[in-house]
Amino acid sequence: MKASIQSLAVAGILACLSPLAGAEAINVPAPDFTLESRSGENLRLEDHRGEVVMLNFWASWCGPCRQEMPLMDELYSQYKDLGFTILAVNVDENREEAHRFLDKVPVNYPILYDPESSVSELYEVQAMPTTVMIDRDGNARYLHYGYQPGYEDEYEQQIRELVRE
Amino acid sequence: MAATDRRQLVRSGCLLLALALFGHSAIAATLPVDNVDVLYHRYDGGGMVIDGPSVLVRKGIGSQVSLSGQYYVDSVSAASVDVLATASPYEEERNEYTFGVDYLHDKSILSLGFTNSTENDYEANTVYFSVSQEFFGGMSTVTMGYASGWDEVGRVGNDSFSEEADRRNYQLGLSQVVTRNSLVGVDLEVVTDEGFLQNPYRQNRYIDPNDSTAFLYQPERYPETRTSTSVALRALYYLPYRASIRGEYRYFSDTWGINAHTVELGYVHGLNQHWTLEGSIRFYSQNEADFYSDLFPFENSQTHLARDKELSSLSGTTLAAGAVYEWKQTSLPGIDRLQFSLLLDWLNFDYDNFRDVTAPGDYLPGEEPLYSFDALVTRASLILEY
Amino acid sequence: MRSLSIFTVSALLAATFAVSGCSSVKPWVKPYERDNLADPVMSLSRHGKADSYMHHVYQARESARGAEGGSGGGCGCN
Repeated sequence: MKASIQSLAVAGILACLSPLAGAEAINVPAPDFTLESRSGENLRLEDHRGEVVMLNFWASWCGPCRQEMPLMDELYSQYKDLGFTILAVNVDENREEAHRFLDKVPVNYPILYDPESSVSELYEVQAMPTTVMIDRDGNARYLHYGYQPGYEDEYEQQIRELVRE
Repeated sequence: MAATDRRQLVRSGCLLLALALFGHSAIAATLPVDNVDVLYHRYDGGGMVIDGPSVLVRKGIGSQVSLSGQYYVDSVSAASVDVLATASPYEEERNEYTFGVDYLHDKSILSLGFTNSTENDYEANTVYFSVSQEFFGGMSTVTMGYASGWDEVGRVGNDSFSEEADRRNYQLGLSQVVTRNSLVGVDLEVVTDEGFLQNPYRQNRYIDPNDSTAFLYQPERYPETRTSTSVALRALYYLPYRASIRGEYRYFSDTWGINAHTVELGYVHGLNQHWTLEGSIRFYSQNEADFYSDLFPFENSQTHLARDKELSSLSGTTLAAGAVYEWKQTSLPGIDRLQFSLLLDWLNFDYDNFRDVTAPGDYLPGEEPLYSFDALVTRASLILEY
Repeated sequence: MRSLSIFTVSALLAATFAVSGCSSVKPWVKPYERDNLADPVMSLSRHGKADSYMHHVYQARESARGAEGGSGGGCGCN
């Protein structure tokens, strides 16, 4: 019950934030969820408490997602040993499309499947792609709507900041 | 000696290229991707063959600006009914250059561009500006555009002949996502022209006062202004097996008394991840301009006189088919996506009150068979995204 | 000119509509539900310059002109 109220609060904040902003700084608990991952097992957000999590929503049909993924892969290999991980939630209805895409744009970080958009709704995703930076205490600290070349520098800045906390 | 259709070709070409560019400036709140677009186009029908290349190169500068440049050629080899009636077959070339800048700011894309079109007796320049704004969670897009053109009309064989024609276009469009499978759009466009709007070569005919079985020619005389309004509605619907159907209706009306209707229906079918087939059918009809007549009773019977078949009462049908091959995330060095399209359109025009004076046989003026013709348009295009 | 005043009114209406921000009606197609709209089969103009060329072909032979374009739809990204 408390989790859903919290989720509603986060969702409300996420929803009313102006979609015109490319990035937002906030501090609210990130709603928990469990999704099937590419490796076959289910991954739960709470299990990553203690790590900095970059939660990214992407789709095979989204151009800017294609641009940012290789750059995210670089950040993943650079910072994963410092207690950082990326959870990339794929919203394609058809998993095949995601696989075909990943064949051409291979990345090493975990991919989660959200074909029914339950987590996308939970996080009130307002743009594609959307990135949420979650700190070691499970709080959502930074929000990014869309991707423009140059955002990866902001991502890196924020990762370094959260990893040091 | 040059022909009549060319005037329309050039004037409408420049006008049109500017207008068409409005429609391409924004897909979403993202700039068009860097690409090279090479097209071979060919029109073959009604006694004319017009073909040529079109090359467009687009490159982004930073994350907010995209530049584009296009070179387009029409190589005309013409012996159309107008030419055969009053002149002789000719060959000619029209060259067109366009430069454009697109600027992305938040959810808006601002576009600015310039087009210059030149041939031996006509020069057209157009400047256009448009703004495209996305809102309502990306479900709605509003586009507003403005274009201004100024043309210089010349005449082969008469170096001192020089007239001007100016144009203004005002465009407003709204595109709305209705469901996750459907999209509708409304477009409104007002165009005003002023100046020398007629063709310096084209002639009208009137009954010979001395011989009622013959006719004589006199140059056409158009009004010096024209204002037109067009409204179009379009809808697309996604079919679950990876296909789509679309429909469009456009109503046109102008101050020359012409009203036109266009209806188009299209179907696109995705065969697999690479190949798509498409087909469409289009119907067009218009009534004649107030001052149009195929045959005037005597010389100078009206203030304004036109025998341009484009201003007559006509109907047109087009059947089109095409195939598109797409290769995403190619293995080619430097190429992100490749798209090859082959599109064929068969056009048929039937005139209700324009007669073919070149038809073999002896006809009294005004009793020649009504003119009609068909044409095949071929487009082979290669788009490389890099 | 009447057609121009109709145009001005429509432009103002569209601008007003565009300017209105967060209202009581929320977008009902979410950004993550745009997969079908982003499919190339749903593209308004897929063939690049080949499409604008066709408008040019008709304009040279028909009196009607204008309102040929269309933008919007697609993935709605960013």
